[in-house]
Amino acid sequence: MLRYILMRVLTMVPTLFLISVLVFTIIELPPGDFFESYVSEMKALGEEADLAEIEMLRERYGFDDPQIIRYFNWAGGMLRGDFGYSFEYRLPVNDVVGDRLWLTIVLSTLTILFTWALAFPIGIYSATHQYSWGDYGLTFLGLAGIAVPNFMLALVMMYFANIWFGVSIGNLMDQQYLGQAMTWEKFRSILSHIWIPVVIIGTAGTAGMVRTLRANLLDELQKQYVVTARAKGLPPGKVLRKYPLRMALNFFVSDIGSILPAMISGAEVTAIVLSLETTGPMLIRALQSQDMYLAGSFLMFLAFLTVIGVLISDIALAFLDPRIRLGAGSAK
Amino acid sequence: MTGSPNQLPEPGAEMGHFVSDAPFDPYEAEKAGSAQGKFAEASQLRLMWWKFRKHRIAVVAGVFLLVMYASILISEILAPYNLHTRNTDFIFTPPQPVHLFHDGAFVGPFVYGRTMVLDMETLQRIYTDDPAQVQKLRFFCSGDAYDFWGMVPATFHLVCPAKGGQMFLLGTDRLGRDVLSRIIYGARISLTIGLFGVAMSFVLGIVIGGIAGYRGGWFDMVTQRVIEVLQSIPSIPLWMALAAIIPVTWSPILVYLGITVILGMLDWTGLARAVRSKLLSLREEDYVLAARLMGAGSGRIIGRHMVPGFMSHLIAVATLTIPGMILGETALSFLGIGLRPPITSWGILLTESRSVNIIALYPWLMFPVLPVILVVLAFNFLGDGLRDAADPYK
Repeated sequence: MLRYILMRVLTMVPTLFLISVLVFTIIELPPGDFFESYVSEMKALGEEADLAEIEMLRERYGFDDPQIIRYFNWAGGMLRGDFGYSFEYRLPVNDVVGDRLWLTIVLSTLTILFTWALAFPIGIYSATHQYSWGDYGLTFLGLAGIAVPNFMLALVMMYFANIWFGVSIGNLMDQQYLGQAMTWEKFRSILSHIWIPVVIIGTAGTAGMVRTLRANLLDELQKQYVVTARAKGLPPGKVLRKYPLRMALNFFVSDIGSILPAMISGAEVTAIVLSLETTGPMLIRALQSQDMYLAGSFLMFLAFLTVIGVLISDIALAFLDPRIRLGAGSAK
Repeated sequence: MTGSPNQLPEPGAEMGHFVSDAPFDPYEAEKAGSAQGKFAEASQLRLMWWKFRKHRIAVVAGVFLLVMYASILISEILAPYNLHTRNTDFIFTPPQPVHLFHDGAFVGPFVYGRTMVLDMETLQRIYTDDPAQVQKLRFFCSGDAYDFWGMVPATFHLVCPAKGGQMFLLGTDRLGRDVLSRIIYGARISLTIGLFGVAMSFVLGIVIGGIAGYRGGWFDMVTQRVIEVLQSIPSIPLWMALAAIIPVTWSPILVYLGITVILGMLDWTGLARAVRSKLLSLREEDYVLAARLMGAGSGRIIGRHMVPGFMSHLIAVATLTIPGMILGETALSFLGIGLRPPITSWGILLTESRSVNIIALYPWLMFPVLPVILVVLAFNFLGDGLRDAADPYK
């Protein structure tokens, strides 16, 4: 088992390396850099930019070095936990980001748990009651969840939450707690806000999971061992619980790999619409102002989150299924 | 000849020798085959069509999409107003319902005229139906002048408001532009962006996945890693990053092309995987070995023998990726980093309803989300049907 986990962690290294190269290329692609747009913006406003300071920052962050060296500076800094400098906020990225990264992780984790809690019973019901009205209805509802754009759902829910519950659901916490250390009150405030984005982001992922679970469970239910178990007189509930469900559970866990990126995508858009204190709104702002270290760190962080999520699901899968644990990890 | 042929001999009795005296017909077997098993003789395409036809919802979805795509050919005629026609007296008009009866008498489809009062406290425009103005809709009529496909000047419309009247079936926006007309025009961009994106990822997917699957070796290794990387990055943030690169100075058409390329560039991974795995399994088939033994080159083997084997499957996969692209474009445009006006897509239309206030006051500005939902659903159903049909022998 340990061997498997070790192998799995090792294969993450080249993946992360490639991702970092890709992210770096993307943030380097736009012509010009932050300072050029900053200086011209200042000129347009009729103000003098502090050229000495800019020169110093350029020097310090090696803007004039060749790209390869800049890449290694950036990637090396990240390895040491230094995410560079946000030129727009004039602060190290670590300080700008604050709890945003943690809130993003919390939000994503909660969303996955919500998705599971919803998709699991629905998937089982759909598979065991195939072609019933309930199955059709739930399938259709799930598809509708995929089809309705997240941001529209967010807006409409914002409106109805305002009317029905009288709560303003933009943001992730009441404004007075922003930037404060975590206290019980702040935690409660977050808790009372976070469920709405969780529901919104969860809808799309739930549909995908229900689909996978239903298809796999249906495959398993037709296998001969199920027929045998039933013929021997096992009660239906026990038949389901003891064999096919355990097999289908594998797909349920491994499906995280394909659902997590979509979920994080949805989370970003939803976060922008609801102006949550996660990475979304800041990422889009950073991209627009070419604040490259900030944007790059966010992109890298989101990709890292996905890779870690997939890693966790793979390890969980290995725990669940001895075939994966014992069969060499490379065979896949 | 002893006993009749339909009768079994008595137990223990000697079996008689039977020869049928019916005339011999060497084609009898084939006739029987065509009578009971038309399935045995039908071509694969025909089988797929039969299987697809059974999937009712998929057929309905397919017809719906055909109608939608046909509509973008004649948007100018279908839309009662032009894309940019401003009705400055009718800003934020709520949708006008179509009536058939006025004062208990049948008049045919008509709308009531609207009168506007400005609420001096909230500065909100309040429109009320004026029962005195019965404005009959005109059909096959001449209305707003336009250039058909940007070339032929014309004034023909399928339906127009009464002369001097208005017809805002889905209301108007902040400039008094008809929402329905804008949705009809928006279909042009929103529907084609997915097609072009898919066409691009199709080509990339077949070429890259094909080489990886057929050649294997280091190329396969590298592509597998690259695909893994691309699939592990959340697509919308990546699209956002790439869309932010597009310079502000580009013309809207270039931006449109740029967005298409971006959508296609990141989406080929699923197709490439499908091609690769299909090629790997087909490579071991006996008929491929037979072709190789007969001396066919790899180009011929791939093109003539393997591609037809999984093309249908690929088309199904591609169909299922289109809705993702349509939703992606909508989200990007909504966030203001996708397409830019004057190009009008459903995402651009939705930017109008960006705040909660708008939804509270002018909910009809959310109508453009309806075609998005319907088209995405239709592509999902169609793709499901195609995927089932792609394997007709199952």
